[in-house]
Amino acid sequence: LSKYYEHVEINKRRLLETEVIKSCLSRSNEQCSFIDYKDFKLIYQQYAAVFIVVGVNDTENEMAIYKFIHNFVEVLDDSFSRVSELDIMFNLDKVHIILDEMSLSGCIVETNWARILVPLQILDKILDS
Amino acid sequence: MVASSLKLQELIQEIREAKTQAQEREVIQKECAHIRASFRDGDPLHSHRQLAKLLYAHMLGYPAHFGQMECLKLIASPRFTDKRVGYLGAMLLLDERQDAHLLITNSIKNDLSQGIEAVQGLALCTLSAMGSAEMCRDLAPEVEKLLLQPSAYVRKKAVLTAVHMIRKVPELSDIFLPPCAQLLHERHHGVLLGTVTLITELCERSPAALKHFRKVVPQLVHTLRTLVVTGCSTEHSVSGVSDPFLQVQILRLLRILGRNHEESSETMNDLLAQVATNTDASRNAGSAVLFETVLTIMDIRSAAGLRVLAVNILGRFLLNSDRNIRYVALTSLLKLVQSDHSAVQRHRPTVVECLQEPDASLSRRALELSLALVNSSNVRTMTQELQGFLESCPPDLRADCASGILLAAERFAPTKRWHIDTILRVLTTAGTYVRDDAVANLIQLIGGAQELHAYSVRRLYSALAEDISQQPLVQVAAWCIGEYGDLLLEGTCEETEPLQVEEDMVLTLLERVLQSHMSLPATRGYALTALMKLSTRLHGDNNRICQVMSIYGSCQDVELQQRAVEYNALFRKYDHLRAAVLEKMPLVERGGPQVNEEAKESKEVAQLSEAAPVPTETQVRGPEDPWGKSMVQLPCPALTLLSSLQASKLLDLLDLLDGPSENAQHPPPLDPTPGDTLIHLLDLPCAPLPSAPIPNLKVYEREGLQLTLSFVRPPGTPTLLLITVTATNTSGGDVTHFICQVAVPKSFQLQLQAPSGDTVPAQGGLPMTQLLRILNPNKAPLRLKLRLTYDHFGQSVQEIFEVNNLPVETWQ
Repeated sequence: LSKYYEHVEINKRRLLETEVIKSCLSRSNEQCSFIDYKDFKLIYQQYAAVFIVVGVNDTENEMAIYKFIHNFVEVLDDSFSRVSELDIMFNLDKVHIILDEMSLSGCIVETNWARILVPLQILDKILDS
Repeated sequence: MVASSLKLQELIQEIREAKTQAQEREVIQKECAHIRASFRDGDPLHSHRQLAKLLYAHMLGYPAHFGQMECLKLIASPRFTDKRVGYLGAMLLLDERQDAHLLITNSIKNDLSQGIEAVQGLALCTLSAMGSAEMCRDLAPEVEKLLLQPSAYVRKKAVLTAVHMIRKVPELSDIFLPPCAQLLHERHHGVLLGTVTLITELCERSPAALKHFRKVVPQLVHTLRTLVVTGCSTEHSVSGVSDPFLQVQILRLLRILGRNHEESSETMNDLLAQVATNTDASRNAGSAVLFETVLTIMDIRSAAGLRVLAVNILGRFLLNSDRNIRYVALTSLLKLVQSDHSAVQRHRPTVVECLQEPDASLSRRALELSLALVNSSNVRTMTQELQGFLESCPPDLRADCASGILLAAERFAPTKRWHIDTILRVLTTAGTYVRDDAVANLIQLIGGAQELHAYSVRRLYSALAEDISQQPLVQVAAWCIGEYGDLLLEGTCEETEPLQVEEDMVLTLLERVLQSHMSLPATRGYALTALMKLSTRLHGDNNRICQVMSIYGSCQDVELQQRAVEYNALFRKYDHLRAAVLEKMPLVERGGPQVNEEAKESKEVAQLSEAAPVPTETQVRGPEDPWGKSMVQLPCPALTLLSSLQASKLLDLLDLLDGPSENAQHPPPLDPTPGDTLIHLLDLPCAPLPSAPIPNLKVYEREGLQLTLSFVRPPGTPTLLLITVTATNTSGGDVTHFICQVAVPKSFQLQLQAPSGDTVPAQGGLPMTQLLRILNPNKAPLRLKLRLTYDHFGQSVQEIFEVNNLPVETWQ
């Protein structure tokens, strides 16, 4: 699952993703969560079997992004009740929606759980009907 | 053909059940075929499902471009589910390069004006994710209208879409400027956050906007203050800090507004202090806010007390147990160390502790910071710790650490001896990682510190005896042993323990270095030269050294072979010059003589046009005064040799050789290392002289010291005259520091070659000879003016006299 806020060509995306994943997987527990990759910074967090990686440019506050990742995971937790990677896989579109609600064109929009989940609930209602 | 329409969940299930890559591919391909068929047939009810499956396949990496048109269709459909999947597909599959994306513009426009929040939200989202420049231009007015909609949900999305638009099309910023001020009064955090981001973007792009928004600084300050002070509203608090994201964003905006602007900075000062003290740093969220505060303080024109506060906060971060926070602190301290050096110094011990981090990026930053913090008061302790680090650090940091230590030692060394010690230690621990000029620097340093010669040669000898694998160390040690071998053998030195070294041991060690596989060719060169120099310093016989030289005379390596052959020549043909050639180097001043030699020898080359078998030193032509300006100075032998060495590089001596030489075909690639006082002795002077002998002339005598001139006119060149000045001493005391300067009248050209020495030993010892070459194109009568300075019987003597009675044959 990946989301791009800057224009990156489709075939380059795969390459980028594999490289990023490789570098994240090779870090042990001892090392800190920020990596310098080309001219970006990568901030990642590992939750059991799920890696969440955010790439930002130099001017962003790393700690804030770190909190954002945490926030995101908490929201997911809330909506799926104890989220696991299976949940993410089976409900790909919902995860996309949540992500869209939280961040838009590269910036953080909403961090309040209640407000984020409202549209989702509306959507579910429509689907069921 | 019945297309089984799987639900997305079932498809995912199937894919997960596939055991191998090939199976999975099969499943997906089958499904894609179905999807393609169904797109063609246009099944409206289930098309969204098909598209969802296609998107899943796309996420796994399979090609999905045929779904693009389907996306468009779905977006246009009135049902929400269709629209949703359609927009999602658009975001994932379409990008600026595809031609299809412009087709969405119309649909988006419709959706934006519809008035259903969710739909508008979707449209805005898609627009901000993949809107190209043309789309943005078209849809800008729509978005602007939405900025003022009553629904907060739409507004917040609209604001951020505006940010994206401005990034793509900077001219649109004019449209979005006016609503900003109004939007700042929002209470809804989401919209506020978006607005602040929008303003940040505007300010970054244009200085005019920057000025415009300076007015809102008080407003921002007020908002932030309310956030910080009024406890947490549960809505937005993240682990005890109320809406850290908004705080961070506002701080960033304040940073941009306050940069280089006194007024705004002043308004912010109190606020920043308040934020800094009130925020709880024990949780990550608090740390994030504090970090942003620190960055802001650094960038604006803040009060000095505030800056100290910021540095202290960073210091506290360093003590935090969370790795990430330490990383962040180290990075910021690095940026600060230039401007607030003294404040950062206080945290030096903590920084040094961070050197021990297991994480490579952390220890690298700690290393850079420690190196930046070294100053003259703490240099000893810091070097100690850095050296400890050097021993244990991972290889990629070693080079940086070593060069950092060497640099710091150079700048702040309290004593020369400490400096030499430090460099020695670095070389022994990490010799292979130092830069190439470290060797040259160390040699220069040792050469310049006369009182430490004995000490350094001993230390280097013991280091070398233990380990000959570290190349820079071996090179320096070899050079030192060669230069100061006699000091090594003396046996006593106050500063180190007494070390009994026999001549044999020294020779054995050098031979070992020569033969070892680990030695680079350059190292071997050093060792060979050192052996040669030892032949004059040691008192034993030189058979062993001669042997080595003859062995290496047929070595494969061209450089070594050349040197060996030359040294052989020194032994055999020119033994009387050996002592002079291999004398000790004078004390080197940093950057002084070397530079002059370079300049002089370029002049030399132009002048050395005739068949000069041996390169010579400078010649000076004095136009006005026939005597005064054309005095030719004789520099000390060592420096002479150095300059001739450099000149030899530029001459192709192969053509100039008429004597036999064993080393026939090779270019003369000698490196002008400062430690190598080698003259290119292919064939020493004295072209054959068959012409009628001209009688010798005694020109000077005083207290047993006699100066005699002997002349030679080589037959081939009628204008050339070779004079040999011979100084003999029949008295009881040595004549030392003998310098002879010669001047000739204006029309003559004079070249002085190196004397055989500057000491004329007593009781008829080895006479000193010196060759003069005089060119007399006009065949004018020759006159000479000589100036002698020397020490005899403890007195220094200076004599100037003219020689006018030269035989006619010398100049006719």
